[in-house]
Amino acid sequence: MTALVIRGGHLIDPAAGVDGLKDILLRDGRVAEIASPGKLKQAEGAGGPDVQTLDATGLTVAPGLIDMHVHLREPGQGYKETIATGTAAAAAGGFTSVAAMPNTRPVNDSPEITRWMQAAERSAAIRVFPIAAATRGSKGEAINDFAALKSAGAVAVSDDGLPILKDGVMREALAAAARVGLSVIQHAEDTRMTHFAGGIAGMNAGAMAFKLGLRGWPNEAETSIVERDIRLVQELRDARVHLHVAHISTAGALAAVRQARRNGLRVTCEVTPHHFLLTEEHVGLYNTNAKMCPPLRAEADRDAMLEGILDGVVDAIATDHAPHAVHEKEVEFEQAPNGITGLETALGLSLRWLRGEGKLPLGRVLGLLSAQPAALLNLKGRGTLTVGSFADVVVFDPKAEWTYNARETRSKSRNTPFDGWAMQGKVRWTISEGRIAYKSE
Amino acid sequence: MTPSATSKRRPIHPPAAPALAFPYHPGSLLSASDLTLDDISDILTRATALENQDPLTRDRILAKRRVALLFYESSTRTRTSFELAAKGLGADTTLISSLSSSIEKGESLKDTGLTLRALGAEAIILRHNSSGAPWLLEAETRLPVLNAGDGMHEHPTQALLDLRTILAHLRPGTHAVTAETLAGVTITIVGDILHSRVARSNMQLLPRLGARVLLCGPKELLPEIAAQTGPGIPPQRQGPVAGDPGIVIERNFETALRQSQVVMMLRIQAERLAGLQLDLEEYKANYQLTGPRLAAQAPQAIVMHPGPIIRGLEVTAGVADGVQSVILEQVRNGVAIRMAVVERALTAAQPKGGRA
Repeated sequence: MTALVIRGGHLIDPAAGVDGLKDILLRDGRVAEIASPGKLKQAEGAGGPDVQTLDATGLTVAPGLIDMHVHLREPGQGYKETIATGTAAAAAGGFTSVAAMPNTRPVNDSPEITRWMQAAERSAAIRVFPIAAATRGSKGEAINDFAALKSAGAVAVSDDGLPILKDGVMREALAAAARVGLSVIQHAEDTRMTHFAGGIAGMNAGAMAFKLGLRGWPNEAETSIVERDIRLVQELRDARVHLHVAHISTAGALAAVRQARRNGLRVTCEVTPHHFLLTEEHVGLYNTNAKMCPPLRAEADRDAMLEGILDGVVDAIATDHAPHAVHEKEVEFEQAPNGITGLETALGLSLRWLRGEGKLPLGRVLGLLSAQPAALLNLKGRGTLTVGSFADVVVFDPKAEWTYNARETRSKSRNTPFDGWAMQGKVRWTISEGRIAYKSE
Repeated sequence: MTPSATSKRRPIHPPAAPALAFPYHPGSLLSASDLTLDDISDILTRATALENQDPLTRDRILAKRRVALLFYESSTRTRTSFELAAKGLGADTTLISSLSSSIEKGESLKDTGLTLRALGAEAIILRHNSSGAPWLLEAETRLPVLNAGDGMHEHPTQALLDLRTILAHLRPGTHAVTAETLAGVTITIVGDILHSRVARSNMQLLPRLGARVLLCGPKELLPEIAAQTGPGIPPQRQGPVAGDPGIVIERNFETALRQSQVVMMLRIQAERLAGLQLDLEEYKANYQLTGPRLAAQAPQAIVMHPGPIIRGLEVTAGVADGVQSVILEQVRNGVAIRMAVVERALTAAQPKGGRA
């Protein structure tokens, strides 16, 4: 029996309404007891050989973070990232759960791959929850067997990286997913507006794209799909139907989600740190580490993302962690693959900007990074630290300021626009189901 | 997940994009917007001096210096004039084209650039089908890079040779330019602005000398946003220019012509029109520069074209060969301008870790 006691920390568990100094006992991968400092009843044995104590004086103790949108690249592209390296980066960033998108090679559209990704041989540092492909090969045509995928461990379905364009297929996906209690996560991009004969749009449409001679990715390509999907949800008239919009980036799409919610529909969305902090200006002169899909937007859209986070229409912060090897990004902008890493910077950026500058209460920031994504993915016993829940914990120094250095990343890749950025809040320990998955030196 | 009032909320102002380090090498010419008015004056002055110099002394200026021409796209004018310019100054040139090199085997631009540097290239002249490629090449090699056309982005030496041609006709003898040099001059650029690197470089250059640039074409080839992309709009490092904006969209060709002292026709690629479902006959009816149209609306204007010309499409043969045409003067000016920028590339002070 191994046990871990976290003493003297400030426990913030927004889902349970806890916000105060507490000692916590973790045993057998679960939260065993929470008590005022020095009052743990079951901790008499503490000090014995099997009980480790962490001194969290002056530190914040919170439910481990949950990133509902990452790309771990396995199977198939282990040179960019492996499940082991991606989850090591996640643990360093305070995450104890990640939901891995299915655009692997081959596409994760089967129970076999879904199980393979969760196998012990992958050496994951934290818990990996696969999101399975909604359609066969993510080709947007034939719906997969969602019941089988769910029993293999899939927590949602998505063709992320590609949209489900056909109305009929999307309608069927929403209905079929609802029957088995899964959400459909849509990558909202009408590729008829972003893929051209001469190439694929690589940055936001507008004056900057024109000036740089790059093909533009218009806002309407996102808003039109989000509006179409909401219409489908409405038409289905089934309260179990859950549409989740991945990496929302435009004011128009966010307004559509807001309205859908007012109409009582189960439509949710996530925003990435890069879409709430950066604008198309950060592309500069063809910086491939500022190239992702959807692209960095105009200032008005960026401000709308911040506003949506502050006013609550945004349900979760997700990173869309998308590692690519150095040589893949050291190419002509138009040839560079989409995506940036994000697992190690999400907490530091969120605390620095949402909490520090925006004065969003710490519990709200942490909720966006744990309790809310847990609810969206229906992860039972995670995103909270009530007795009996999983011992997924992040302990961080909320006052510590530090600078992110991409060269020290635990990811295999370092394609980030946040290299050298100031961060707030340093992770001291990340505990995954009672095991220390990361500790800072 | 219901929104709750956050009364203490305050606006967040995340950091602006960092200042750009480009160009790293002061001898590079990546964008027309990199050049200050003094730089432009120096290039124009040197172009004339070099053109007038005895070829037997001129070829000692860069004797045995090594210049690589790296061409990922076919080219007649630009490649030949850069080559003649470099050789005219005595430099050794070598041509690497994508179809007869390891580029065909999949070698990256970075590796090709590093290989050329290792072979002793002191400057690289790059023509590439991807917008922004010269910035990548310069960042990776830190050599002076001359942009000889990147995708649909820029073609700065074309803008400079166009400027030299315009000055020769409208401001003869002028080499030192100011923000007023082209005050009162209207220049119309006609046709496929969307895909044109020539248009983009001229849009960066000409308004800063005081010119008013009219853009003319159908909306499929000339989006409204183009009017907002002149100097003073990021990304560029010199801040807004007085008198800006100097770029206006005028879709009626006759109206534009009537105001113009210079008409710059762009090449039309029929396959692009097909992709956009534009009717070629309709395009010609509205935008082809014909003899009668020119005589009626702009009998004094000079007619320019960066080439290659598709006779009978954007211009009629009569106009291309007519007295108002300065198309071959442009070609000739290309050699002089490129001598000046190649000399500048190889004689500029060594970089001190990049300009802010």
